[in-house]
Amino acid sequence: MTKTISALLAGTVFGLGLAVSQMLDPNKVLAFLDIAGAWDPSLALVMAGALAVAASGFRWTLTHEKPVLGSRFHLSRKTALDKPLLAGAALFGVGWGMTGYCPGPAFASLALGNREAVPMLIGIYAGFLAAGLLQDKN
Amino acid sequence: MQNFTPVSALLGGALIGLSAFILLRLNGRIAGISSIMSGVFTASGPNRHWRLAFLAGLVMGAAIWRALAAEPFALRQDHPLFLLAAGGFLVGFGTRIGNGCTSGHGICGLALLSPRSIAATLTFMASGMATVYLLRHVLRVGV
Repeated sequence: MTKTISALLAGTVFGLGLAVSQMLDPNKVLAFLDIAGAWDPSLALVMAGALAVAASGFRWTLTHEKPVLGSRFHLSRKTALDKPLLAGAALFGVGWGMTGYCPGPAFASLALGNREAVPMLIGIYAGFLAAGLLQDKN
Repeated sequence: MQNFTPVSALLGGALIGLSAFILLRLNGRIAGISSIMSGVFTASGPNRHWRLAFLAGLVMGAAIWRALAAEPFALRQDHPLFLLAAGGFLVGFGTRIGNGCTSGHGICGLALLSPRSIAATLTFMASGMATVYLLRHVLRVGV
């Protein structure tokens, strides 16, 4: 129960951050990806701000044996720079460039009554399903 | 660079970083939105509940901003439907195959200096930029 409340808090802060940084606006995201157009470097500063806080917070967090509310830290144990990682990231980037949405803003922009979020989220969940079927087969 | 907004970008980014810190410090979890979004259907019990709560918070946070913001941006209306649906599919498929998106790899993974996340972030940035270049400056679709 407490883990649910802390996740609600974390999600709220995340959604607020996406909105404040204007990352809910797909035109803002596409302006960052459009290096040959009227380039807008804002997204790089969003990442820089996030990284500064997350990196120092994570470093301190991982000096503890376990999280406040859990038994262990759930971190990826994968280390290989394999084909699924790179192919998946490349395909994700293509979809990001086609739309201006990555998963967080697509979901959070539901709060703005954004109609574009509907086909986008249907597409995302269809993609999750297809990837799951492919992974089950292998 | 007339649209550059460094202050709101850094401030909003810091909030995103704070969220990732809260989730790792309290729950021991990585704030990777694509895996949280898919996990609401693949996980069960408490593992499902925290993910649902995070997503509810994500919408709530944006709603709080909407209520407080002096001037919310105008929603884009004219983006081609096929780009949204096909692009959405690639975002969903790619993030599951590649184990993460802008938040999981781009923020949490980079903050942990994970070589996989560094490689993934460079890759999706490059393919995103190449895609926008192709669509806007060569094919002139959805500009």
